[in-house]
Amino acid sequence: MSAALSFEQAPPLSVPFRFFLTAPLFGIAAGVLFALEGDAVLESRWSLQAFAVVHLLTVGFMLQVMVGALLQFLPVAAGANVWRPRLLANLVHPALTLGAVALVAGFLGAGAWTMQVAAVLLGAGVLLFGAAASVGLWRSPAIGPTLRVLQLAVAGLLVATGLGVTLASGFGWRLAVPFVLLQQLHLAWGLLGWALMLVVGVAYLVVPMFQLTPPYALRPSRALPAALLASLSCWTLGALADVAWLAWWATVLGAAGTVGFAAYTLRLQARRKRKVTDTTLRAWRVGMACLLLAVPVSVLARLGWPASLLPRVEYLLGVTVLAGAFPAVIAGMLYKIVPFIEWMHLQRVMTLPPTMQKVIPDARARWQWRLFVASLVLLAGAAAWAPLAVPGGLLFAAACALLEWHLLRAVQLYRSLTPR
Amino acid sequence: MTALSELFAAHHATCDLAFADAEVAGVEARWTEATTTLGRFDALMKTHFASEEETLFPAFEKATGMTQGPTQMMRLEHEQMRALLGRLGTAVTTQDPDEFAGAAETLLVLMQQHNLKEERMLYPMCDRAVGGDAGVVAAVTAQLAS
Ligand SMILES: [Fe+2]
Ligand SMILES: [Fe+2]
Repeated sequence: MSAALSFEQAPPLSVPFRFFLTAPLFGIAAGVLFALEGDAVLESRWSLQAFAVVHLLTVGFMLQVMVGALLQFLPVAAGANVWRPRLLANLVHPALTLGAVALVAGFLGAGAWTMQVAAVLLGAGVLLFGAAASVGLWRSPAIGPTLRVLQLAVAGLLVATGLGVTLASGFGWRLAVPFVLLQQLHLAWGLLGWALMLVVGVAYLVVPMFQLTPPYALRPSRALPAALLASLSCWTLGALADVAWLAWWATVLGAAGTVGFAAYTLRLQARRKRKVTDTTLRAWRVGMACLLLAVPVSVLARLGWPASLLPRVEYLLGVTVLAGAFPAVIAGMLYKIVPFIEWMHLQRVMTLPPTMQKVIPDARARWQWRLFVASLVLLAGAAAWAPLAVPGGLLFAAACALLEWHLLRAVQLYRSLTPR
Repeated sequence: MTALSELFAAHHATCDLAFADAEVAGVEARWTEATTTLGRFDALMKTHFASEEETLFPAFEKATGMTQGPTQMMRLEHEQMRALLGRLGTAVTTQDPDEFAGAAETLLVLMQQHNLKEERMLYPMCDRAVGGDAGVVAAVTAQLAS
């Protein structure tokens, strides 16, 4: 163990904030694009418009926040200092941002070269981030299952990106890659291996921390990521070897892991010692409810039943996971970590720094949550009645815009208090 | 002999409970109750800090020679928490629920991430370095019980 270990500490404020401020812009774009192209998305998840909306949410919105949060969290969670965080952010942030724009432009028909740009930028950006995070995670002195889960999530991100880059290269350079097979693997590794795995790891840290719940017990906190990993292994083997029963095991294990995690988290939150209810708690509950809903929907989608409604079932699955579960958890996190990071930096330069509630009052965050929940109801309703796609998409965009506005006001406050 | 990590982690949990009582009283502007519950929480926290700063950390520093490392960082965060405890006290005196809620939330997050670093990293290191020292364990047990 290194004698220089100091748990030191937070990177400069601009490192995580640039990712946090970029993310909601992609959420706005996703909402608007869905309002415009809802018919095509509802018709098939294989449509290019659906790919564009999905990647605005995943590569645009989710990946930005998750990378920014990890750069901030690794020192606290794992004592894992990231090497040269500012330089890393200077390289990774533009690569991910421009890469996401290029990718979506490519889906929307801007030409093969945009896919080439996307493949290079996203591949390089994720590889750089993944390498830096891995070095920190593997040298960490911390104990407990969180570390292992975060390592798995970073590995999942690298696999998902590798598959995605191969797909984008297939589009961009017109290579004969097995699109359907790669797409199935890409989706599973991205959603289960990276996004859900990361949420699990982060939940182990922040659910007890923010609400004073009992900690996740050791056995389930090892079993949950193991179930997700086993599901991914079955899915990958099943797809590569074309073995149907393995794919079924993947569904069962993935469903068990997801339900187990969401139900256990809700149960812990019900047993919290903290008596004040805030927006972050509400947002996490919505997120966990969305995960629980996603499981029966995904089973229906796997069964392909009823066949005539399959596109709508798959769309509903997309809503629960990509518009519901992950954005809910992300917004809940941002409303905590942005004010805390800001307080942390300000208390170094002033004696009475604004508290978290002064940076973003909970009442303000609550309005974002209301708007977000309303948009989810409409978006889910669009599965039954397509015209709801327009108000649903616009309301989702409005919720993201409000989030962005709250973050911008927090930055403005910071600027007004720090001499430069 | 009980492990140092267990003694301190158990005391963290005691402090958490006291925090929860104080926070809700202050946020809901029940000032008489807030005065008592905050008083108890404040006393527990200061006992905890004292036990770490006066007994645990010096023993660890002496055994390992690490004086500028993690313990220094923890001392710094104790100072930050003391400042927020002071703001909570002022908020109760001036009966300001918004200031109370803000300071309480900030203290909660700071305290939790501090405790996490101690429980997952520093305390296990202390167990290895000075966990066999019966004098340290006895002193800590007495201090935390007071
Ligand atoms: Fe401490
Ligand atoms: Fe402590």
